[in-house]
Amino acid sequence: MLANIVIQFMNGLAGASSLFLVAAGLSIIFGVSRIVNFAHGSLYMLGVYLAYMLVEFFGRSSIFGFWGGVLMAALCVGLIGVVIEIVVLRRIYRAPELFQLLATFALVLVIKDAALYIWGAEDLVGPRAAGLRGAVEILGKRFPQYDLALIAIGPVVLGLLWLLMNRTRWGTLVRAATQDREMVGALGVNQSGLFTGVFFLGAFLAGLGGAVQLPREPAQLALDITVISDAFVVVVVGGMGSIGGAFLAALLIAQAKAFCIGIGDVSIFGTVFSFSKFTLVVEFVIMAVVLVVRPWGLLGKQQGTQRGTFMVEPPLYPLNRNFWLAVLAVVVLLGLVPFGGDGYLLVLLIDIAVFALFAVTLHFLMGPSGMVSFGHAAYFGLGCYGAALALLKLKLPMELALFAAPLAGGLGALVFGWFCVRLSGVYLAMLTLAFAQIAWSVIYQWDAFTGGSNGLVGLWPSEWLKDRTVFYAFALLLCIGGILFLWRVVHAPFGYALRAGRDSALRADAIGINVRRFQWFGFTLAGTFAGLAGGLFAFSKGSISPETLAVPRSVDGLVMVLLGGVQTLTGPVAGAAVFTWLQDSIARNTEYWRAILGLTILVIVLAFPQGIAGFTKQVATRIGVMRREAA
Amino acid sequence: MDRRSWLKLSAAFGAAMFAMSGAQAQDTIKIGEMNSYKNFAAFLEPYKKGWELAVEQVNASGGLLGKKLEIVSRDDNGNPGDAVRMAEELVTREKVSFLIGTFPSHVGLAVASFAKEKKVLFIAAEPLTDKIVWDQGNKYTYRLRASTYMQTAMLVPEAAKLKKKRWAIVYPNYEYGQSATAAFKQLMKQAQPDVEFVIEQAPPLGKIEAGAVADAIAAAKPDAIFSSLFGPDLAKFVREGQTRDLFKGVQVFNLLAGEPEYLDPLKDEAPTGWWVTGYPWYAINTPEHKAFADAYQKRFKDYPRLGSIVGYATVQSAAAVIKKAGTLDTEKLVAAMKGLTHSTPLGNITYRPQDNQSTMGAYVGKIGLKDGKGVMTDWYYADGAKFLPSDADVAKMRPAD
Repeated sequence: MLANIVIQFMNGLAGASSLFLVAAGLSIIFGVSRIVNFAHGSLYMLGVYLAYMLVEFFGRSSIFGFWGGVLMAALCVGLIGVVIEIVVLRRIYRAPELFQLLATFALVLVIKDAALYIWGAEDLVGPRAAGLRGAVEILGKRFPQYDLALIAIGPVVLGLLWLLMNRTRWGTLVRAATQDREMVGALGVNQSGLFTGVFFLGAFLAGLGGAVQLPREPAQLALDITVISDAFVVVVVGGMGSIGGAFLAALLIAQAKAFCIGIGDVSIFGTVFSFSKFTLVVEFVIMAVVLVVRPWGLLGKQQGTQRGTFMVEPPLYPLNRNFWLAVLAVVVLLGLVPFGGDGYLLVLLIDIAVFALFAVTLHFLMGPSGMVSFGHAAYFGLGCYGAALALLKLKLPMELALFAAPLAGGLGALVFGWFCVRLSGVYLAMLTLAFAQIAWSVIYQWDAFTGGSNGLVGLWPSEWLKDRTVFYAFALLLCIGGILFLWRVVHAPFGYALRAGRDSALRADAIGINVRRFQWFGFTLAGTFAGLAGGLFAFSKGSISPETLAVPRSVDGLVMVLLGGVQTLTGPVAGAAVFTWLQDSIARNTEYWRAILGLTILVIVLAFPQGIAGFTKQVATRIGVMRREAA
Repeated sequence: MDRRSWLKLSAAFGAAMFAMSGAQAQDTIKIGEMNSYKNFAAFLEPYKKGWELAVEQVNASGGLLGKKLEIVSRDDNGNPGDAVRMAEELVTREKVSFLIGTFPSHVGLAVASFAKEKKVLFIAAEPLTDKIVWDQGNKYTYRLRASTYMQTAMLVPEAAKLKKKRWAIVYPNYEYGQSATAAFKQLMKQAQPDVEFVIEQAPPLGKIEAGAVADAIAAAKPDAIFSSLFGPDLAKFVREGQTRDLFKGVQVFNLLAGEPEYLDPLKDEAPTGWWVTGYPWYAINTPEHKAFADAYQKRFKDYPRLGSIVGYATVQSAAAVIKKAGTLDTEKLVAAMKGLTHSTPLGNITYRPQDNQSTMGAYVGKIGLKDGKGVMTDWYYADGAKFLPSDADVAKMRPAD
């Protein structure tokens, strides 16, 4: 028994090391540049692939060959990080907050296809580490030598990073910039040099984290997504920007996983509870608990407010007549489509309408309410499942079942939102992600009720809606109605209160607005309409699966909002249309469609840092179509 | 050129285009194919080559019904929402006669539901879920590959022979792994009533903590292990288990592990002695397989994987059903699919009229090492027809058409 516990503890220690390296890199990059680097998992993946290649090149059988290959791989990834910083990110530091996330998302797509092109589709199982192939005997159990080395690597890197941060001038500057980067700039420090250096270090650590996993982790194309969410969780649990915190959090999570596996099945009051299945979600449960109890992570401090790094958000003006005329024109145009376009165009437009509503609800949170959500798909998915279960289990007619969609989405948002609005910034975003993952894992595993990983099928609309044109009109009506309603709310007293709370929580509080409560209601409202979008989605596809509330769906929503421009009302609609259409047409016509989609987004990002709608607005203002508004 | 000749020229050009497009529509039979090419590239790249080869061969031998066969292929992005949209596009815009393909079970089920709703024939190539032909089966959906249940049933006789009492089970935590585990437990209890399942580990798909799982299994002291891991999870489990001596004196059974897609990456660490289902392409000497393997290697300068077989045989099914029906009318095609028999590189297969499942089998054997590579030894072909539940049981599970 004792031996088993010790061994599982050591497994946890070994698992923590690589996780810590990746998370430390992410944390350092975020601390200084405030960039949520979505491509960090891709850098890790490149680390594994490059290590595979370089270890073969240097000779897998010599100790020098192995460790030389690992170090070289990490250095290469560090250099790739430098290139990314100089070529892409440097150009958009002044863009609105989170916009850089869009660029890093595009990089994920590009790197994935590049890896497929270079290394092929087959999994590459790396060699065992030279000199550390075997196992040692611990309490009568065999434990891999290499895992002992890994257990040592974590603390060693932690120590080196501590020395770097606390005993060198460069480290002092990094810590200063993490606290207040404008002040560092004002004191005459070359910021771009510092940023490039930080990116090198962060990418190097991600690459190293990947490379040291070579003997334990086959190089394969899904690694990027697998790792990125874990790394985010570790960073947030530890506290953004805190390296020691990242170490602690990595340990905590790796140990929790190892012990869930070690405990296995436990019978509680006659029902068997499988802890090994719990590994699916344990890190997100830990994150949710930590964030609820300690809003800035285990060792994190409250973030200082940023000043002047990006444009102050211009206020939204009341919707004028020209705006409504434009909306009317679009609606009329959409109404004409069934007379001209083919059947598939209607299908595509239904998708666009549904995603536009989804993106507008997310924008309602991100823009006017000032709450970024990384887990918005939860409410979309709850809407899907609400409608589906009402139809299949309660045997309600489809029209009534559709009502269950906003109800389920709203209810989910009401519960999760209560916790989320207590936080702010990236911590709030990560808590939404945690809740989304928890909801996802429940639906994913509850076979009897939700259909588990297979999902639910047979969700087709009622007879009178089966005709594609009729369903198109029906979906369009609900989506446009929802969008217009949310736009209206932004300009209602409720919306003004939300915006006041976003711009200055302190002053809003002083004039008697209960900011938290307004945010909570705003959150619920957004969730309700996201649920409606989900319900329509379910009936337009005839089937749903847990991917409707998985991370990629949330990311798609973010991409749509950012692509369109977070500072305009119409942005999310434009973003949803462009993204859905791009994905559809590129995926149809090219083999390496991910890379092309990624490059297209990169071009848009670099050309229009205010998003598509923001750019259109700028042009329209300049040529005099739109009223010039003094900011 | 004056304006009039411009007009004439463009009119002629337009007429030519029209004639060409009309001619094309008449000359080809279009079939829609969808798969998650980027999500499961290791399996689906060979799969794609497989169906490309089959299409070339069909067309080289004169096509079907006097027309050329054309496959319109789409990437469904591994998610059901996109898959259904692609299916709509293929049916409404490309006007394909029917649909084939898909890999993950939830995507397969979504397209099956679409097929039922829109009354389109759908031949699911790869999804292993039992539900696609049983619980959620429908008139328009057929499935080629041996299902999770069938492949599990193929291993059970070998497992029961050993008379091992204490079994450990490890499976990826999603429907495929759950179904395999449930089927294994049920069939083993029938074959060997005193069997005991001492531990179950269900790591998340693609995220196994292999060391911890191996140690947890070792701590339960099993006599044998039944695993349905595949891909990177399998590779990690094999390595950690070997380093920790988990497999010493413990017989392992692993679904799918003999497929070149999952066995070849293990190289010289392929776990010898494991009972697996798979595809020993290097050793199958039937004339129909030899013809296929030679043509494949000649065409692609690469050896076939199981995916190649699946892709190839799917198009063979599509071609056979068109030939049998003699028309592209959906209802006639669906009727022709019932009991359709045709030859594949693995031998003749029949689409069973009672549940639309093909009788394609799989190879059962033990993993051995040869020239530093994993191979299947002592293998035999398990005919799918022999590893299906009784017709009465099927009728209970499957809704009426």
